[in-house]
Amino acid sequence: MALQPDTRPADVIEALGPDGPIVMFDKVSLAFDEKVVLREVSFTLLTGHTKIFLGASGSGKSTILKLLVGLLKPDSGIIWVNGKRVDLMSEVELMKVRDDLGMVFQEGALFDSLTVAENVGYKLYEETDMPLAEVRARVEEVLGFIGLAEFIDRMPSELSGGQRRRVAIARAMCFKPRILLYDEATTGLDPITADTVDDEIIKLRDLENVSSIVVTHQLRDAFRVATHEAVRSGNDVTIVPADPEKAEEAEFIMLKDGRIAFEGHAAEIREAARTDPYLRAFLSSH
Amino acid sequence: MAAPENAAERAPESAIEHWLKAAVLEVQEYTRLTMAAIRACFSRPFYFRDVLEQFEAIGIGSLTVVLLTGFFTGAALGLQSGMTLDQFGARSFVGRLVSASMIKELGPVLTGLMLAGRVGSGIAAELGSMMVTDQINALRALGTDPIRKLVVPRVLACFLMAPVLTVMSDASGLIGGWAIAVTNLNIGSGVYWQSVTEALYLGDAWMGIIKPFFLGFVIGTIGCHVGLRTRGGTQGVGRATTNAVVVASVAVIAVDFFVTPLLIELLY
Repeated sequence: MALQPDTRPADVIEALGPDGPIVMFDKVSLAFDEKVVLREVSFTLLTGHTKIFLGASGSGKSTILKLLVGLLKPDSGIIWVNGKRVDLMSEVELMKVRDDLGMVFQEGALFDSLTVAENVGYKLYEETDMPLAEVRARVEEVLGFIGLAEFIDRMPSELSGGQRRRVAIARAMCFKPRILLYDEATTGLDPITADTVDDEIIKLRDLENVSSIVVTHQLRDAFRVATHEAVRSGNDVTIVPADPEKAEEAEFIMLKDGRIAFEGHAAEIREAARTDPYLRAFLSSH
Repeated sequence: MAAPENAAERAPESAIEHWLKAAVLEVQEYTRLTMAAIRACFSRPFYFRDVLEQFEAIGIGSLTVVLLTGFFTGAALGLQSGMTLDQFGARSFVGRLVSASMIKELGPVLTGLMLAGRVGSGIAAELGSMMVTDQINALRALGTDPIRKLVVPRVLACFLMAPVLTVMSDASGLIGGWAIAVTNLNIGSGVYWQSVTEALYLGDAWMGIIKPFFLGFVIGTIGCHVGLRTRGGTQGVGRATTNAVVVASVAVIAVDFFVTPLLIELLY
């Protein structure tokens, strides 16, 4: 499955480099009326890497994803996605940027009046001129990738919670975006089902070179995504513990009261929890 | 003392100020949505299939309720006006009263009210559910403008189907009046239909056809506006549905009141 051709201007590609930043937040702040949600949040996501946002409910994790997609506008600060400043863009201009962004919403947010096939191929059916037969083939390919090929003509209401999340992942990846955003993709799922969703996130990152931002408060899933990698051998794909170099490509960001309270790798967050009482409390309570 | 938690418990000035601000915000957002929907009607992308689906759902789907309402209203009008006209020995003029009332006023308003109840609530509930389950955000994230995909088809369907449904309701009402005239008032069919046509002027027909365009537009835009402003889970969807019916029903009667003198000025 090939990625979309890089349509960024040549100077942008050169400046960012092939493994350069694909997402940048620079001192981004946002408040809803009196309530400050984000305070000068800055981070950089490199191509093919993963950022995992942790934090208590209401700490601003999901808001970061909505800002990135342009569903919300920041009060101040700069947001770069794929070399484009999305914080200044109109809704029409944002539609282009969204061609490279796939988002998995909390609870899936599947269109309940459409079948699984229509959900997964939505963007290709509605927003491109791709022939219907090709769209159907692509939908079958994607559903096969996530192991739900036999559910192609079902309605979302006929699926289990885990299956719905995986269909939501399929919908987000169907048009081959370079960046995938997961908003609490495993919340409310049992551990076995959550593992299957985590494995899809890992496979997309490692086999398709998709840059990922994972928002969750499920520590178990966050560490699984950060410390495992997908390896293809022949037609089989296995999920194995990542080597230390690979594990460093996944970084944790802990949000507290709208600020970044911690940023670092899996090993570093465990280390920091020894001295930081908030991290220790968060890690031990999950 | 605990801080007041809702508008009702605030100081009077503060509550009024809060209410006024909320009202102005609603008007601003409604105007913005309406203008965006009108602009989207005349530019691409245009989701033609969705428009056709809404024509069927709103037009064909509302046919039964509109026909029944028209029939029973015409029949009741026939009975009432028959009683009154009897006092002057003018029973044979019942067709005039039924046709004038149905075509100029009752047909458009009652069809509007039926559409506000059936279609306005349906639109608000559907879009409201999509709001609270993040489906609207998912649409935007997938590169689809919800106004073009959801609002334009519904508003267009309401705008264009309301006059069609009104004409059918009028016809049904006249048949209802005829049924009463023949069976209850013992008036001959020919006398009734002659009376119906004698009282009708071209201006009346235009009045009955033009008014529903306004009413349909208002019902569609209010349903979409209320639906897209839904917050707060399933409870919010319930509130939105109720609000859509109440606001659209009042709007139908208010718009009828303001459009009628305008049309009288233009058509007569």
